[in-house]
Amino acid sequence: MTFRLMLAAVLALASMQAHAEAIDPQRSEIRFVSRQMGVPIDGNFARLSGSVRFDPGNLDGARAEIQVSLGSIDAGSDEATAEVKRRPWFNVSGFPSAKFRATGARRIGDNRYEATGELVIKGIRRALTVPFTVKRAEDATVFEGGFTLLRLDFGIGEGVWSDTETVANEVEVRFRLVQPDRA
Amino acid sequence: MTAARYTRVAIGLHWAIAAAIFCTFALGLYMADLPPSPTKLKLYAYHKWIGVTIFVLVLARIGWRLAHPAPALPPMPAWQRAATRASHALLYLLTLAVPVAGWLFSSASGFQTVYLGVLPIPDLVGRDKAAADMFKAAHWYLNLTMVCVVVLHAGAALKHHFVDRDDVLARMIPLLKPRSPGK
Repeated sequence: MTFRLMLAAVLALASMQAHAEAIDPQRSEIRFVSRQMGVPIDGNFARLSGSVRFDPGNLDGARAEIQVSLGSIDAGSDEATAEVKRRPWFNVSGFPSAKFRATGARRIGDNRYEATGELVIKGIRRALTVPFTVKRAEDATVFEGGFTLLRLDFGIGEGVWSDTETVANEVEVRFRLVQPDRA
Repeated sequence: MTAARYTRVAIGLHWAIAAAIFCTFALGLYMADLPPSPTKLKLYAYHKWIGVTIFVLVLARIGWRLAHPAPALPPMPAWQRAATRASHALLYLLTLAVPVAGWLFSSASGFQTVYLGVLPIPDLVGRDKAAADMFKAAHWYLNLTMVCVVVLHAGAALKHHFVDRDDVLARMIPLLKPRSPGK
């Protein structure tokens, strides 16, 4: 790596630090419930990372950038986990991660907010509004929320799998982002 | 005191359960090695729904049987009476144990059973690979045992009808005329 690239990387990192605080990947989680033949199935993504900037006094300046490693999925059973990494589903080898980028927030109630942004999965971008709450833990700020993802909006389950009678279009996604206080 | 024939209800339950077992057994053999597809998910669901139905019908049948004793057997050696009792008891036991093992196998594999896609049956065990392998083996070997007992059961019934020429089979098939009316 050349000196110039290193410098650019350091500067980019520094500017990110100035704007937002990283979330703790170990303590943060994304879980979801899919439904096949009427059976609710719990799943989760083990690896995610990102940063959040949130100040209740400056909601227009709220920002979040969350990356989810799609290969870290557990779809609820060994068979399903192997299957959903394949091409018709997440096509993990072609699109290793999903990204959510929030570019603002608004208050919708008592300690209830709504982040507006964009979700990108499999190269497909869709506007997304996500309700969330903010809690204080002992040493961290915790953002919790959820939304209903329509899998077919992102081509998750193409071809024969686009049949929503067997696998429902709606996937309930819940997240918990833990942002440790600056040491 | 005892009629020459099983009651209509007992006969109806016997043949309904027999037909359901035949169908879901064949379905189970066929579906297990299919590659992942919506069809496979549907067949698995149907297989489980039929299994739950069989379990309930067998319970109903046992309840009915307790209230309505089986018709008397024609004269036969004591060992045959003992074998009849033992094989019938084994059939009641297996027709309950096979669906139970299948249900546990499903739960341990991460799939709750939701009867007809609407009635969730609670999971007795959680997702656990080792347990799933064990229940899978149990489901399979209980089925193999059941096949053996069913072959014995049907073979004995046919032997009584065609070789001994007695009324054993006519007790369960209304269309067959009893050979010794009134007993």
